[in-house]
Amino acid sequence: MGQWAGYLQLIFDGAIVTIQLTLMGSALALVMAFLAGLGRLSRFAPVRWLATAYIEFFRGTSIFVQLFWAYFVLPLFGFSLTPLQAGVLALGLNVGAYGAEVVRGAIKSIGKEQYEACTALNFNRWQGLRYIILPQAFVLMLPTFGNNAIELLKASAVVSLISLADMTFQAQVVRAQTGSTLVPFLTILVLYFAIACVISFAIRGLERHLTRGLDGIRS
Amino acid sequence: MEWDWAFVIQILPTLIEGAKITILATLLGSIVAAIIGLVIAIVRRSKNRLISMPMGFVAEFIRGTPLLVQLYFIFYVLPDLGITLSPLVAGVIGLGLHYGTYTAEVYRAGIDNVARGQWEASKACNLSARQAWTQIILPQALPPMIPALANYFIAMFKETPLLSAITVLELMNQARSIANYNYRYIEPITLVGAFFLVISLISVFGLRWLERRYGRID
Repeated sequence: MGQWAGYLQLIFDGAIVTIQLTLMGSALALVMAFLAGLGRLSRFAPVRWLATAYIEFFRGTSIFVQLFWAYFVLPLFGFSLTPLQAGVLALGLNVGAYGAEVVRGAIKSIGKEQYEACTALNFNRWQGLRYIILPQAFVLMLPTFGNNAIELLKASAVVSLISLADMTFQAQVVRAQTGSTLVPFLTILVLYFAIACVISFAIRGLERHLTRGLDGIRS
Repeated sequence: MEWDWAFVIQILPTLIEGAKITILATLLGSIVAAIIGLVIAIVRRSKNRLISMPMGFVAEFIRGTPLLVQLYFIFYVLPDLGITLSPLVAGVIGLGLHYGTYTAEVYRAGIDNVARGQWEASKACNLSARQAWTQIILPQALPPMIPALANYFIAMFKETPLLSAITVLELMNQARSIANYNYRYIEPITLVGAFFLVISLISVFGLRWLERRYGRID
């Protein structure tokens, strides 16, 4: 039993890398989702085109290919990235593209009367967005954002293939050293599931917190 | 590093070999996912909670864990239990099982959308449970599901590069071996990206057509 403690430690070290990746990737994804999602609703056609191109490109190519591109091809153009940077970049940009459609959908689903209210209150576009539209739209985005964060967590397993020591990578190390396959893989499956449960629990809590003031406004 | 067209022409036949396997894995995986999803959806509707609850947990578990780890599990753990699978078979089962849990939700929504009166009508006509499903419920529930199912099959297509991790010689694996052998990464990896982008953009148009054709519920 003593030897397993050491191997379990390895897997926990990997879990920390996975959690780091998930948090940093989600932060980048959130920023990109709002930039591209609002970009698609812009008044200026070039901004709309740029946002659409970003979304279609990152949704259209596989996350795996994007990661390899970031890690192996970008250095040839002079941008050398560490595996962690490449991982965060690829995961954040990929999931951000999915999130952008969520942002756009949520903002478009806000009723016309809310926009008329912005005009009636003499808010400019930014004020209307900030004080009236986004507080309502953000609540609609949250559940899907939660799903996207779980997708990002799952996609983060791919970084083990560019030699970043995340949970999946460490499980492979343990497998190579002990010859046991069931224990390490079952352990990380359970850990991934536990992290996914924490994410969906946290998002549900946040949703309850944010909708508290909106009772009776939304049906 | 410069883009070298001669090198592109030279590696193209190998990449096409890989693309064939990628497409084959997607097609087989889609069939498996469609069947597994239906099974999960029907079992989860079971009145007996001892059957429906564990199935729900298993489906949630599969959906909450990475496909890559599941592939490793199928490919490396099952042989210890005496089940040895070829890489492609293991990959297809992994893809089918993972996306089966997603398609199960599509089926569930589709079945829930069939009006209650239809169930009552099949009871009134004295149809057995089996007849009600095959003659009344599924023929109405399936067409509106087609666009959503296709959406997941496209998503699955984009996940097939993961099969390279369990040594399936699909497109990504061919590209990686070319890149490692020649020590040129730009062309193979970019071509793989372009391949996925082109297929995805085409399938977006296909999806719009499917939505127009089947998506509406009358």
